[in-house]
Amino acid sequence: MIRYTFGRLSSLVISLIVASMVIFLVIEVIPGDPASFMLGINAREDTLAALRAEMGLDQPLVIRYFNWVLGMLQGDFGNSWTYKTPVAELINDRIWVSLPLAVYALLLSTLIAFPAGIYAASRRGSAGDVTIIGATQLGVALPNFWFAMILVLIFAIKLRWFSAGGFPGWDDPLLAIKSLTLPAIALALPQAAILARVMRSSLLDMLGEDFIRTARAKGLTRRQALWRHAVRNALIPVLTIIGLQFSFLLAGGIIIEQVFFLPGLGRLIFQSISARDLIVVESVVMLLVFTVIVVNFAVDLAYAAVDPRLRSRA
Amino acid sequence: MSLLRIKEYSLAINGTEILHDVDIAVDAGQIVAITGESGSGKSMTALSIMGLLPRGSVNRGQIMLDGVSLLDASEAELCDMRGNAVGMIFQEPMTALNPVMTIGDQVAETILMHEKISRHDARARAVKLIERVGLKLAPTRYPHELSGGQRQRVVIAMAIAVRPKLLIADEPTTALDVTTQARILELLKGLVDEFDMGLLMITHDLAVVAGMADKIVVMQNGRIVEAAPTQTLLRDMQHPYTKALFKASGHKVTLPARADAPHLLYAKGVTRDYPLPRSGLFGARPSFRALNNVSFHIEHGERVGLVGESGCGKSTLTRAILGLEPIQAGEITLDGDPVFTGKKPNLTVRRRMQVVFQDPYSSFNPRHRVERLITEPFHLLENPPTSAARDAAIAAALRDVGLSVSDKDKYIHEFSGGQRQRIAIARALIIEPELIIFDEAVSALDVSVRAQVLDLIADLCKSRSLAYLFISHDLSVVRTVADRVLVMQAGQIVEHGATEDIFLNPQHPYTQALIAAAPQLPEISHAS
Repeated sequence: MIRYTFGRLSSLVISLIVASMVIFLVIEVIPGDPASFMLGINAREDTLAALRAEMGLDQPLVIRYFNWVLGMLQGDFGNSWTYKTPVAELINDRIWVSLPLAVYALLLSTLIAFPAGIYAASRRGSAGDVTIIGATQLGVALPNFWFAMILVLIFAIKLRWFSAGGFPGWDDPLLAIKSLTLPAIALALPQAAILARVMRSSLLDMLGEDFIRTARAKGLTRRQALWRHAVRNALIPVLTIIGLQFSFLLAGGIIIEQVFFLPGLGRLIFQSISARDLIVVESVVMLLVFTVIVVNFAVDLAYAAVDPRLRSRA
Repeated sequence: MSLLRIKEYSLAINGTEILHDVDIAVDAGQIVAITGESGSGKSMTALSIMGLLPRGSVNRGQIMLDGVSLLDASEAELCDMRGNAVGMIFQEPMTALNPVMTIGDQVAETILMHEKISRHDARARAVKLIERVGLKLAPTRYPHELSGGQRQRVVIAMAIAVRPKLLIADEPTTALDVTTQARILELLKGLVDEFDMGLLMITHDLAVVAGMADKIVVMQNGRIVEAAPTQTLLRDMQHPYTKALFKASGHKVTLPARADAPHLLYAKGVTRDYPLPRSGLFGARPSFRALNNVSFHIEHGERVGLVGESGCGKSTLTRAILGLEPIQAGEITLDGDPVFTGKKPNLTVRRRMQVVFQDPYSSFNPRHRVERLITEPFHLLENPPTSAARDAAIAAALRDVGLSVSDKDKYIHEFSGGQRQRIAIARALIIEPELIIFDEAVSALDVSVRAQVLDLIADLCKSRSLAYLFISHDLSVVRTVADRVLVMQAGQIVEHGATEDIFLNPQHPYTQALIAAAPQLPEISHAS
């Protein structure tokens, strides 16, 4: 187990290094140089020179890469050209919206998907199963912003239980959670539909396995065999999907953030790209990559917790 | 009163009649064997007793266990009965255990299901049971750390955990090596005596049946065609199917005589290492030696058998001969030409060798017609035959294996297991190779079909000069189809010699153990 963790950990570090190099180089290969790209063709020579100096473009590539990485390690992401504030502050404001939103949505999606998938698999072919399959079909097909608009219509405009958008900050945690609820549901529904389908089919595969027959021959009821033997084995593909979904939820909430006027990372990256603020783009992308890699590491550890075969393999 | 009494029992699944008027009785302390070929309804009989039939099953008749009618029992009553009054062992030990649960917990689960006992006490009893079935393993081990034979012992421990009155064993040793099989059968016999259990054993292997059972039940197409105490049945078989079954099991072919000939295949000092996962982050990568200094030869037209248990390196040797993988030392040549050159098989040599694998279904692309399937080896030729010559080659290959020319337009799923293996042989024959490797080629076939395929191989030897390497774990089959036998253990050839010499006078302890462990079919008069 220790060796496995260590192995995964070293692959995490290598992934991070490679990812940082790729992100850095992509920005560098832009025709001209980053400064002229950011300022456009009508930029004045002295403004351009000022930006070049600020970005350190007069230094060699390798030095700039190491400065960038060392800066990030110390929490210094540079200064935004458009906002004129440290990028670290920009990120810090927004990550406390996006991260809780993603976790919230993932929790909801898991809470919906697990029972639905397990129920459908345990009653394969029943009316309940058919209903759940139909619902997941719709959930996969309908985009999350459509859910968002419907939720706003019903719960904000008609029933007035929630506000239609905006984020009040974390001073009042309950209020903050309340304002994230509708966006989280809108994000969670399509993800839950996918997850429920994976859970169902993975469970059905497991229920056909020989060890389920063995369990039944020991005297376990169908339900006991499902819960004690099938569910844990079915978790492996489900964990993979959960890992992928978290990455999507963190960065992919752009439209939902727009619909609900949430100051999240999605909006920040969207605005920075529009404003050609490469310093912000570079750092936010690196942050997202970092999160995705760390989440994958967590998923790998979860695999090992579920499956002893992985623990004993190197 | 019998412990188990099945009376006039019939079963239909989704309208198809599976079992018809089955009558079986098992007494306490008695071993009753059900035998027959695949599809005869053996396993469905076992699942009927357990009440674990697939959906869409409709049954009638009577199954009484210790005075209780199982067909009238509720699902809750059946759950009480399963594992408690009846234990069951399955064919495939590799998949019968839950991979994410320790073996101790899996054995303890049976006890917890049926007795009011603390988890701690159940675990303690599981440890004793694991010892009782002959395992010296910690209960905290996981199934993937165990061999097939060890896993089957765990399954047995689970099945006998609360001392059931009846044990059902469905092909308990079919997936195991002969020496493991002998030990498992001994264990089962000992448990029957110790617990005074009834044992209902299902197996297609008549040699196993003859050595174990007090009573034999022969099934064909869902009906019992004959049932009698073992000795009576062996002495005086009544039904033609029983006779045919025993005859096919001991089937012997007559190979045409052959004179000494020059070497065709020559292997010298062949060594193959597989890398293993690194033990430390920076340590040298350890390797597993699958073939260790293997040397042998096959003459032109010679029939050579290769026996050994699973993991001994038989399949690795097949791949090495075919030139599919590099070897770390030694050389393999066909008529002096190396089979492996640099990074890929040597095509000039490769087209003179063909292989027939064990599973006739999965070795074919299901979307291709037979015509295309059997002409696959043509890509090894520089000038593959076209139009009329190609049709003639297809027709000849199909005819040679006893199929008709019209079969060329069919798909593989339209054929039975035996026919598929004939097609596999036709595919091997179509480019008229000088050497064919039969890698467990008849192991998955029923005895009567196996007899036919063995006859076919003998016939092919009569019509052409064909050399082959016949790889099998089944000693009785190798004995009849090989001029010479190689015995392999742990990547080494430990003994070789003329077939009858090896079988009558084995020198190496491993060969002796193999031959002693192989169940013997009793001598029976086939005079009908």
